[in-house]
Amino acid sequence: MKRALFLLATVSGLGLATPAAAQTVAITGGTVALGDGSAPIEGGTVVFRDGRVVAAGLGVAVPAGATIVDARGKWVVPGFVAGFTSLGLADADGVEESNDTGARTSPFNAAIDVTPAINPAEVKLANERLGGVTRALIAPDASGSIFAGQGAVIDLADDNDAVTRPRAFQFVELGERGGRAAGGSRPAAYAMLRDAFTQAQDYRRNPAAFGGREKDSLLKRGDADALLKVLDGAMPLVVHVERASDIRTVLGLTREYPKLKLVLTGVSEGWMVAREIAAARVPVIAAALADLPADFEALAATESNAGRMRAAGVQVALASTGASGGDHNLKQFAGNLVAITRVPGHTGLAWGEALAAITSGPAAALGMDGEIGSLRAGRRADVVVWDGDPLELSSAPTAVWIDGRAQPMQSRQRALRDRYLVPTEGALPKAYERR
Amino acid sequence: MWIGKRASACRWLAVGVGALALAACDAGGDRPKSASSKVPPKLFSRDPFPSTYRVYPGVPTLVRNVTVIDGEGGRIEGGAVLFADGKVVAIGQTLEAPAGATVIDGAGKFVTPGIIDIHSHLGDYPSPGVQANSDGNEATGPITADVWAEHSVWPQDPGFGRALANGGVTTLQILPGSANLMGGRSVVLKNVYARTMQAMKFPGAPYGLKMACGENPKRVYGGKGRQPSTRMGNVAVDRATWAKAASYRRKWDKYEKDGGDPPDRDIGMDTLRGVLAGEILVQNHCYRADEMAIVLDMAKEFGYKVTAFHHAVEAYKIADLLKANGTCAAVWADWYGFKMESYDGIGENLAILERAGACGMIHSDDQNGIQRLNQEVAKVLASGHHAGIDVPEQVAWKWLSLGPATALGIADKTGSLKPGKMADVVLWNGNPFSVYTRPEKVWVDGALLYDANDPGRRPVSDFELGQPGSGDVK
Repeated sequence: MKRALFLLATVSGLGLATPAAAQTVAITGGTVALGDGSAPIEGGTVVFRDGRVVAAGLGVAVPAGATIVDARGKWVVPGFVAGFTSLGLADADGVEESNDTGARTSPFNAAIDVTPAINPAEVKLANERLGGVTRALIAPDASGSIFAGQGAVIDLADDNDAVTRPRAFQFVELGERGGRAAGGSRPAAYAMLRDAFTQAQDYRRNPAAFGGREKDSLLKRGDADALLKVLDGAMPLVVHVERASDIRTVLGLTREYPKLKLVLTGVSEGWMVAREIAAARVPVIAAALADLPADFEALAATESNAGRMRAAGVQVALASTGASGGDHNLKQFAGNLVAITRVPGHTGLAWGEALAAITSGPAAALGMDGEIGSLRAGRRADVVVWDGDPLELSSAPTAVWIDGRAQPMQSRQRALRDRYLVPTEGALPKAYERR
Repeated sequence: MWIGKRASACRWLAVGVGALALAACDAGGDRPKSASSKVPPKLFSRDPFPSTYRVYPGVPTLVRNVTVIDGEGGRIEGGAVLFADGKVVAIGQTLEAPAGATVIDGAGKFVTPGIIDIHSHLGDYPSPGVQANSDGNEATGPITADVWAEHSVWPQDPGFGRALANGGVTTLQILPGSANLMGGRSVVLKNVYARTMQAMKFPGAPYGLKMACGENPKRVYGGKGRQPSTRMGNVAVDRATWAKAASYRRKWDKYEKDGGDPPDRDIGMDTLRGVLAGEILVQNHCYRADEMAIVLDMAKEFGYKVTAFHHAVEAYKIADLLKANGTCAAVWADWYGFKMESYDGIGENLAILERAGACGMIHSDDQNGIQRLNQEVAKVLASGHHAGIDVPEQVAWKWLSLGPATALGIADKTGSLKPGKMADVVLWNGNPFSVYTRPEKVWVDGALLYDANDPGRRPVSDFELGQPGSGDVK
């Protein structure tokens, strides 16, 4: 009931006559940025119907009968795609009881699948949605093994069905963390990786003979099954590495396992091996503003990393890693990479590239840019209207659609804000203020 | 009588600055014992690791045709700032350049006071963050008032240079971590690389006492099977310790006044005595509104003041209470939801404090966040604006410099562009509340220590020298 009321309020605020489910919407007059790397277009139109983008750009005709949203003076952009994050997996990371991101003492590793844990009602989803985030790549944490398990792609819509693509990728640690998880060294991590792949192939050849049920088996049947998809290239293998030499080693894995569909994340020293990454056609989801030698594996970290990789032809997206205030701070990361284009010696991203790095970029890394991440025709209609430049700190979304459905512009944070805009108590305690 | 006067003068000097003055006081205490039953007191040094910071050479500099935000709520469009001999000389609409001054045209740019981060662990938790460098939490007992953060500071932390070049940070307080109820003394540093910690130490800045309430102490010590393991345990151990400190203070005050047999020295109690005497400022890690209220009452019970609550995620719920107690809240812009006591974080926290007339300021507690505190404030302005609270940019700058300077007890020296104050100045290449803006030049005490256009004015710490990426932009 409450949700329905919010929806109505939102919709009427936009001047829409009826709630938007399967209908045609045309957003007109705004500055439109497609999220595909191109520059924003002033006075553009975005049309979507039945949850999919029909057309976006200049000179787009408004279909007869479309609900028209006037976006003059505003910006219209795709929703941000956050990755890799734990949205929906942990109400509060530090509250162990609520946290499903890692499974330190589980006998399983690659088999772990975050899908059943995703909670669409977790309050962070609505909080982050109001910051313009509409999709997220959800990754488990590795702890007991180099294999963290299988991540999912979700939407942040106000409904009960969050999962866009379950088992969208396998996540593996192969830098310092991988070494620790494998028993203390990088060589141990590679031994574990190769052994796991070998066992998976054994399992394929003869599933009946494969053990994997013994207490001390390193790989369970489910793990082997999950890794076969990786070996076949049916599931991307997202590898977290930072150091230049680690990146090279990972790129070399395709000599042994030619079908691997690699995605690199972290990659603080990626700029040092940018041409090799580009030649291997491996996409990266990079830590945007990592500029400190935070570990020995990131000695050469610089904010110019993403820009230099892009300049070398690498397909670059930004990770929300380090977005301490929430995944919506991805836009701040992207904006900063535009800012450094004005600082001598730095290499940043053009505005359109920066937006792409937090929209179509992460989607493309998983082969999903045909589905989400931009306002190109056919994509799911994840559309956000902003009251200004979406990368600028002063801007905020004024309307959000996910799969073409208008979203309530309410969240628990907003309710708290409204309750305490005036901190003093009135005639009754604050607990009686139901806003 | 003579002794009493001498003692108080020495205390003042010790808190004030000089090693020389202290040496003189100590020498005074070394006089031969008199025959009377009352032996005159021998005073110990309040400043055994004195600042050796020196002001680096600068040239008289006039930045003109620039938007000036003075840090005290003032703003001049198309204005000018003049500094010389390490001090701000004047700000105004138009200023004359003295002979030989460097004149900078600031068209389209902004000048502000240097940013002050009241909550940093740079040096104590430096990069690289390896175990061998982890020196921020003496997590071996709930009360470690005896430790001093300055004894952990690694002056070569690469983070200092990033905070300077990307963040325009000119002063920062290094705190011990929050594993302990009383985690020890803080130190205030000028953000200038040096070979020794003492050479970074902000001259004359009072010490702080880091306290913590909430989840961290109870988790760390509860996990070791000892008190405190609950919030009530936190307060119990605090109160027991303050009661001891009150007794220690009485003994030492009496000794310093009357002489006689010196009481046993306790390094931790020295710090608590300094707090009770108002010489050391309490910087209290505390998230929840209800806990802050309890701490304020505990402070009244024992006669000390909480200068600032840090990480005060729920400060917005008790803005009136903080205002009534004259206690500040140092907060993040939008960190929330990472632990139970941060669950109620909202982006409007600082804006609500400001509207309620309470003292608020931004802080980082983070080696990355410290590089973008101006942007953190920009996010607060946006959240406030969308909630109907419009804080002018020039007022918001107080959250970045004068507010922290005040809560560090150094507002008479830095924190705003006021004639006579340290010339800690940042020239930004645009509006510093825009994501597209970066520091162009940063001066500390009038010395140009970062210049985006001059690779020679970009510090490279010892650790980074000769490593991959050494000397690169960062």
